[in-house]
Amino acid sequence: MDAIIQQFFNIDIMVQAWPLLLRGLGMTLLICLVVIPMGLVGGLFAALGSVSHLRGIRWAAIAFVDFFRALPPLVLLIFLYAGLPFAGLRISPFVAVVIGFFLNNSAYYAEIIRAGLLSVHKGQTEAARSTGLSAGQTLIHVTLPQALRNVLPDLLSNTVEVVKLTSLASVVSLGEMLHQAGLARSVTYNASPIVLAGLIYLVLLWPLVRVISRFERRIAS
Amino acid sequence: MSSFSDTFLNMDVLARYAPSILKGVGVTILLSVLIVLTGVVVGTLLACLRSFRVRLLSFFIVVFADIFRALPPLVLILLAFFGLPNIGVVLTSFTVLYLVLALVLAAFAEEIVWAGITATPKGQWEAARSTGLGYTQTLGYVVLPQALRMVIPPLTNRAIAITKMTALGMVIGVPDILGQATTAQSFSANASPLTLAAVAYVVIFLPLVVLSRWLETRFSRGAA
Repeated sequence: MDAIIQQFFNIDIMVQAWPLLLRGLGMTLLICLVVIPMGLVGGLFAALGSVSHLRGIRWAAIAFVDFFRALPPLVLLIFLYAGLPFAGLRISPFVAVVIGFFLNNSAYYAEIIRAGLLSVHKGQTEAARSTGLSAGQTLIHVTLPQALRNVLPDLLSNTVEVVKLTSLASVVSLGEMLHQAGLARSVTYNASPIVLAGLIYLVLLWPLVRVISRFERRIAS
Repeated sequence: MSSFSDTFLNMDVLARYAPSILKGVGVTILLSVLIVLTGVVVGTLLACLRSFRVRLLSFFIVVFADIFRALPPLVLILLAFFGLPNIGVVLTSFTVLYLVLALVLAAFAEEIVWAGITATPKGQWEAARSTGLGYTQTLGYVVLPQALRMVIPPLTNRAIAITKMTALGMVIGVPDILGQATTAQSFSANASPLTLAAVAYVVIFLPLVVLSRWLETRFSRGAA
């Protein structure tokens, strides 16, 4: 028991690692602020493409979504970060993370928004169009608000996944929270900094996880 | 263009490292099967235990499920791989990856199956109990089969998402597809092994992604 406290919940080491982790947390939040809006916008366009009447656009959008849902994000990230330099394209870890997450998140958000768009009854579009709204106006004022509301729990749950996914950036040595915790661990030979990082993730995400559970149950009942 | 193909599709490099990446495919598939079986079974059992509504037990199940859903799997992997040896528990990287991802899937599966159990109409419980079935029998023969049917699409989605995370094993040196590919890439100073790895993942997971969409349209339309 004593060994567990020493190795996992060592307060002294946690206090020492705290400033390092806090800086990492800043980077984690910065990544989130950049990649979540980009993913939502990319996802929206891919979703619109995947329900398009034009076969070419529809197939291209679905191929994009399926490809990036099938490819593990870490594989994509390492391909961008370690593969592209061989072709003379050297990109910083941050850019690699942003591009990789943009492609991955867009695909996931697209699949959710697509389900939302398909859940809105056809009559809504027909009614809106017959009142004289253009196709664009119908989408923005009628279809999209209903679509997004229908899939709000899934959007929220995917956003939690995105925040968790930012920990992958540690693999390409971007100094986000887990990377900093890993550094502190390798210096102290003690797992407490990683426990501390875990606790910070819990503080950030546990409330959201609870809200999602509640959402899901309300929809089920 | 030729330098592009030399870098990303170099036939010599591909031929040299294809066997090791193929071995990685075996490891990835073995891990995936083990994780899905363990995760779904443990998650379903936990959801069933929770339905007995023993307060303390339910509390611990919810705490477990919440923690394993809120923490990034990579945090858990590093914690288990680097932390446990310090207290005398030495596990191979394969075992660590298997245990962590199986528990993460179990946590998600518990929540999903539980949502299915609570969504099963009360009349089903009452009808089954009034025919003389016990509580456990009602759960096992009447409620659970309906609940599981309802949750097949979200459960499949989640299982696929978590098996894709086997790629995280590369960080602790599991010789899976990505692990083999990054080793090959650093030996050969060429990106082709990574291309091959990406192709291997897409070949394995694309059919599953398409299947999950088909399940979703097939099951949820009927349910909704």
